[in-house]
Amino acid sequence: MKKMILPIALGAAFAAASFSAASAGTLEDVKERGKLRCAVSTGLAGFSFTDENGQWQGFDVDYCRAVAAAVLGNPDAVEFSPATGKTRFTMLASGEVDILSRNTTWTFSRDADLKFTFLGISYFDGQGFMVKKSLGVSSAKELDGATVCIQTGTTTELNLSDYFAGQGMSYEPLPIETNTEGRANYLADACDVYTTDASGLAASRATFENADDHIVLPEIISKEPLGPLVRHGDEQWADIGRWVLNAMKIAEEKGITAANADEMAANSKDPEVKRLLGASGEMGASLGLDNDFALVAIKAVGNYGEVFERHLGTDTKVNLARGLNAMWTEGGLQYAPPFR
Amino acid sequence: MSVSTVPADTSFQFSQLWRDARYRSYTIQILALVVALSVAMMLVMNAVENLKELGKDFSFSFLFEPAGYDIGQMLVEYSSASAHWKAALVGLLNTLLVAFLACVTATIIGVFVGVLRLSNNWVVSRLMAVYIEGVRNVPLLLQILAWYAVFIHVFPAPKLAVKSPVIEGAVYATNRGFYIPGLTFEGSYQVVVATLIASIIGMVVFRRWAHQRQEATGQILAVGWISLGILVLPTFLVYFASGMPIGLDYPVAGKFNLKGGVKIGTPLVALWFALSIYSAAFVAEIVRAGIMAISKGQTEAAYALGLRPRRTMSLIVLPQSLRIIIPPMISNYLNITKNSSLAIAVGYMDLTGTLGGITLNQTGREMECMLLLMATYLLISLSISAVMNAYNESVKLKGR
Repeated sequence: MKKMILPIALGAAFAAASFSAASAGTLEDVKERGKLRCAVSTGLAGFSFTDENGQWQGFDVDYCRAVAAAVLGNPDAVEFSPATGKTRFTMLASGEVDILSRNTTWTFSRDADLKFTFLGISYFDGQGFMVKKSLGVSSAKELDGATVCIQTGTTTELNLSDYFAGQGMSYEPLPIETNTEGRANYLADACDVYTTDASGLAASRATFENADDHIVLPEIISKEPLGPLVRHGDEQWADIGRWVLNAMKIAEEKGITAANADEMAANSKDPEVKRLLGASGEMGASLGLDNDFALVAIKAVGNYGEVFERHLGTDTKVNLARGLNAMWTEGGLQYAPPFR
Repeated sequence: MSVSTVPADTSFQFSQLWRDARYRSYTIQILALVVALSVAMMLVMNAVENLKELGKDFSFSFLFEPAGYDIGQMLVEYSSASAHWKAALVGLLNTLLVAFLACVTATIIGVFVGVLRLSNNWVVSRLMAVYIEGVRNVPLLLQILAWYAVFIHVFPAPKLAVKSPVIEGAVYATNRGFYIPGLTFEGSYQVVVATLIASIIGMVVFRRWAHQRQEATGQILAVGWISLGILVLPTFLVYFASGMPIGLDYPVAGKFNLKGGVKIGTPLVALWFALSIYSAAFVAEIVRAGIMAISKGQTEAAYALGLRPRRTMSLIVLPQSLRIIIPPMISNYLNITKNSSLAIAVGYMDLTGTLGGITLNQTGREMECMLLLMATYLLISLSISAVMNAYNESVKLKGR
């Protein structure tokens, strides 16, 4: 019977492996690892890109840093993984990353069928078209018969098909994997039109040598509410992500910035500000975090408006106005539930 | 357990399973089978368990839902309202198309290069060596991307291409693809097609007869010209007699692209080119090995009979080396087919691009799509193997 030991040991090892997949909470995992793993896009000016020092920068990146600051107290304790439109959901579902912050559109099927929890809307977007001025096109309705460059595995692919079918027009799709490839094909005239979220078009256009030779057509053909997301099934982790995002929005509403956060925490008379910054109440504890989690996050990256202006705003190359993304108090749609 | 074959020892003891050489190999094999099956079982159970934990069920019903996306190059009717299985079918046909084209061209280029590699001309043989070593030591993905970049940058955009046609009004080369006239069928076109098929059969029969006649009498007919005549003349006569029912559909300039005709997209051409050039290098080496394995005495004997080098190669050496060439060639064809799954890099919608790409992504059914994908590639590869093995059997040295 001696010979039977090996198969039994192997069997036991496999059995053990099958149960270790049922892990503890994501929060414990992240704390134990000391690093947050965050999936971002492979490179989109303003949203996530690496700067000349090889550091990840951008709107989506700063959200990850804010979560890392809130959870681990250190905005740099993030391991970024670049994900394409195709690989992102697999990366999140398989547990390769803890959070996906890659201008991802919130849709029913991604929520209900793919089993992800969206943490809120960090950017209200819509799908647009960019063409060369030399084509003499001024409306998307004139695009019948055009070749369109499109990122595969995105909602834009489905919207595009719906839009052209709805308008009774035809087109030739040229599917590409990443934004960089899309730009290369578009600039080489392999396609007439490049379509993606309007923010992405503005970001790409900003990196062109002659940005003025290209126009973004006025039609916005879809609603694209973009936001970070996590896996279904870990409510505590989802709450943390959701309330870090909300805290950044509330901070803008209340005038809390990276610079004055400490002072506001000490001196503000506003009860909601005091609760948010951990000066009163035990709000952080109910998330399993320190009470000052929002203070640390805001000190690390700033409030929602600061992050927006730093990476996407009118002073940057991307040059996007706040538009729908202004606070509700200023005529936009950004609105956070009360912090109480 | 039957023990009747061992009359001397009728009482079968359990320990015989291990100690008796007659049973030992069975015992070991059954044990190995049990272990292999339980490992496989464990892996499957593990996957099922984990999927359940993620809240994902296992179902293929998504294949019948509308796909919702469009595909650029397709061989069968398809629109975004078609079901996912239809998209997968379009992808499968695209895979088979590019694999077939690449296998044919790789073989032609490869045989040519392989023969030239053995040329007595130093420059030619060195050039071929440089080509083979250069091409087969660079990753295929890079070559595909490089060819694609060459195609989209070297050829003009449609607007310019219209001004400089390859053949005025008929053939255009653009950076989005090549446009050639398409065929339009109307009226009694079936008669013409039937005549063509009949001519082809007639040609084959004639060639066989001519061959037998040559074997028997030694007379050589002008086989090439006569077969051409059989192939072309009746079809032409029927074509004009029935009022030219098959016409040409010429591409014309549209607003953005050319309209009409047949478009062969740049992604397909770039992929086909890259696969052919890459695989031809391997074919060339296989052909060289096959030729070199044929004893030099064969060539010398052929020369002694007065055959010229070219005829020696095509009549004496190549037919013999086929027996050596075919088995490695089978695996080369399989490689071409599997390598065609790199198509997505240049936006060619093959099976990996549709079923394993967009469908997988839009439905989130990784497990199901991947299993289907692997099963399909397996099926394609096994079919190619079966056909090639049958061919191998037919050219094998027959024991007479």
